[in-house]
Amino acid sequence: MSGGMAGRAEGRVGRRAGLTWAVHLSVLLLVVLWTLPTAGLFVTSLRDRDQIAVSGWWTALATSTQSLVFRAPAGEGEVEEAGRFVLRGTVLDGGAGRVTAFGTSSRAPAAFGPGETADLGDGVRLTVAADGGYELSGPQSFKAGRGQRIFHTAEVPPRFTLANYAGVLGAAGLGRSFLNSMTVAVPATVIPILVAAFAAYALAWMRFAGRGLLIAAVVGLLVVPLQMALIPLLSLYNGLGQAFGFDPKTYIGIWLAHTGFGLPLAIYLLRNYMAGLPREIIESARVDGANDFEIFTRIVLPLSFPALASFAIFQFLWTWNDLLVALVFLGAGDDRLVLTGRLVNLLGSRGGDWEILAASAFVSIAVPILVFFALQKYLVRGLLAGSVK
Amino acid sequence: MTQLYTALFTILIGIGAAVVYFGGSNWLLDRAFPVRGPGGRVAGDRVAGDRVARNIRLAGLIRPWLFLGPAILALGIYLVWPVAASVWLGFRSRDGSAFVGLENYRWLVTDPVFRESMLNNFLWLLVVPAAATFLGLVAAALTDRISWGNLAKSLIFMPMAISFVGAAVIWKFVYDYRGEGEQIGLLNAIVVALGGSPQAWIALPFWNNFFLMAILVWIQTGFAMVILSAALRGIPEETVEAAVIDGANPLQIFFRIMVPQIWGTIAVVWTTITITVLKVFDIVLAMTNGQWQSQVLANLMFDWMFRGGGDQGRGAVIAIVIMVLVIPIMVWNIRGARAEGGGP
Repeated sequence: MSGGMAGRAEGRVGRRAGLTWAVHLSVLLLVVLWTLPTAGLFVTSLRDRDQIAVSGWWTALATSTQSLVFRAPAGEGEVEEAGRFVLRGTVLDGGAGRVTAFGTSSRAPAAFGPGETADLGDGVRLTVAADGGYELSGPQSFKAGRGQRIFHTAEVPPRFTLANYAGVLGAAGLGRSFLNSMTVAVPATVIPILVAAFAAYALAWMRFAGRGLLIAAVVGLLVVPLQMALIPLLSLYNGLGQAFGFDPKTYIGIWLAHTGFGLPLAIYLLRNYMAGLPREIIESARVDGANDFEIFTRIVLPLSFPALASFAIFQFLWTWNDLLVALVFLGAGDDRLVLTGRLVNLLGSRGGDWEILAASAFVSIAVPILVFFALQKYLVRGLLAGSVK
Repeated sequence: MTQLYTALFTILIGIGAAVVYFGGSNWLLDRAFPVRGPGGRVAGDRVAGDRVARNIRLAGLIRPWLFLGPAILALGIYLVWPVAASVWLGFRSRDGSAFVGLENYRWLVTDPVFRESMLNNFLWLLVVPAAATFLGLVAAALTDRISWGNLAKSLIFMPMAISFVGAAVIWKFVYDYRGEGEQIGLLNAIVVALGGSPQAWIALPFWNNFFLMAILVWIQTGFAMVILSAALRGIPEETVEAAVIDGANPLQIFFRIMVPQIWGTIAVVWTTITITVLKVFDIVLAMTNGQWQSQVLANLMFDWMFRGGGDQGRGAVIAIVIMVLVIPIMVWNIRGARAEGGGP
C-alpha cells in the first residue's frame, strides 16, 4: 500500500513497472477485502441448507466431502423377494454425488467401502453403492423399526438453489416486510422534496431579514442526533392518539417523521445547488417582470433536477435502510415490521440458520444495491455537494 | 397490496396539497397586492405607480415566508421542539409526570453501564473516523491512477448502500463461530488455517468492540474515498509539478504536497463520520445488543426508551449526552457556513 501515490506526478517521474504493480495489487487487495464479506453471504444464500452448515461458502464452487446421515424409511416401499424383505433407494438427497464410505453406527460411520455388504445382525444386511443406491434386506419386515440410519461419507458436487429465497419470502414474513419497507420509503422520499425545494429557493435567491440566521439553523440541524427527537415525538404521537382515539403507530406518522428528519439535508443540498445557478438567468427573468414564484417554478426547479435526484437517492436509501425511526414510530408488531426490523428479529430467533438469514439479508439489500448501481452518478454528486466546502 | 395503494394515494394527496398550498398562497398574494394593471401592463400614472411600488415591496416581504412556511413548521415540530422537550424531560420522572431535578443525571454518572458505553463510544470515536478516513484517502489516491479505478471505486463504495442491519448480518457470518466441526465463518476458517484456535469474536469483552467497529469502517470508507478523491483532483497541477521538478518522490509528493492542500476536506470527512459514530445504534443492536461489554450510548438510550415500559427521563439524559458531544462539531460547521457567506 506504500506504493507511489502521487497521482499525475508518476508519469513525469517515469514509469516504474514495480510501482505500478504495487498499486494494482494494493487496489485489488482493497477491492477483495471490501467485496468478500458480501459475496460470501450471497453465495451462502444460494446454497443448500445442509451444505451451509457443514462447509464454508468458499468451498461451494468445488465438490465437497461431507459426512452425512440418512434414515431409511420404516418399511415404506419394501418388497418381499425370496422370503426376505428388501428396501431400495438412494442415500443422496438430490441424487448427484459419490459415496466413498458408509457405516451403520455413529462410532464407525465409515467402516465400509462402497459396494461392500455390512452385516447388521439378525440376518439384516446393508449395501451402499458408490452412486448412493442402497439395498437393505432382512428376514423380517422393517415396518416394526424406526428406520435404519445409514452413515455415509459422500463427495457432493456444488448445488445452488433458490429454495432459500422462496422459503423466506413465504414463511418468514419477509414478503410482507418488503411491502412495508416500500410503503415507508417511497412517500417519505417524495413528500419532503417540494417542501425543501421552495425553502431552498427562498434561502438562495430571496432577500429578507433573518435569512443568514435560517441558513445557520439549517446547518446546525443537519447534525442534531435523531435520538434527541425520539422521546418527545413518541409521547406527542401517543398523546395525540389517546386524545383522538387512533393508533399512534401509523404510516402517516412515520412519513412525516422522515420528512422532518430529512429536511435539513434536503434544504442544505438544494440551496447549495440553487445558489450556484447563474445569476444572469434569474436577473433577466426578474427584469422581464417574473415574480419569484414564476422564476422558481419555470426556471430554477427544472434546472435543479440533478440536485433533486441526489437528494431523492439519499433519502430513499436512508429511509429504506433505517431501523431506529421504524421501530419507534411504526413499532415492532409482526404486521408492521420493515425489512431491517425483520432481519434483527431473525438474528435473534434464527441466529444459526444461515440459509434464512442470508436470503433475508439479500432481499433487504437488493433494492438499495440496485438503486446504488443505477444512480451512482447522482449519489456521488450529492455527496460532493453536501460535504466539500 | 392495499397499503401500497394507500401509499401511492398519499403521495398524490401530498403533492396535491403542496401544489395547492404553494400555488394558492402565491395566487392570493398576487390578488392582494397586484403589481400589474389589467392586461399585464404596469400602470402608468403616478398614484398607481406608488401603489405598485408599495405592493411589490409588501409582496416581497411576505413571499419568502410563504416559501419557507411548511419547511419551518416541519423542522420546528420534528427537530427544534423535541430538542427543547428532551432537555425538559431530562429533569422529570420516568413517565414525565414529576419534577425530579438532577436525579436522572445523578443516576447517569453512577451507572456502570453508562460508563461502559462512554468508554466504548470513546474507543469508537478514536478508531472509526481515523481508520475510515485513512483507508478512504489511500483508496482515493490509488484508484485515481489505474485504468480500472472507477470499477474499484464502485465496489469499495457499495457498502454505503447497505443498511447497518444488512451489514451486521454480512459480518456476523464472517465472525461466525462453531464449537465443533468445520468453521463456516471466514475469519475463524483463516485463523484455523493459520494454525490458531477459533474464537467467538463478538463475545470477547473489549476486543469485540473492534470487530463491531470494522463494520462501520467498512461502510464509511467508500464515503471518505469519494469525497477525498474529488478533493485530490482539485489540487492545482502546478504545485505537484514544482515538487516533481525539485525531485520529490511520489510518497513525499503525496504526504507533503497533496495532503496538506486537502486538510479542509479531510476535516469535513472526519467530522461527518464522527457524527455517524455517535449515532451508531443498529450495528450494536443487531450484533450483540450491548452484551459482552459492547454497549454504546445510542443503543443504551434505545434500551431505556422501551425497557419496562420506558423511562423517559433516563432516555432523555442519555440523548442529551449524545447531543452535547455533537455540539462542538455543530458550532464548527455553522462557523464554516457563515464564513463562506450567506448566499450568492
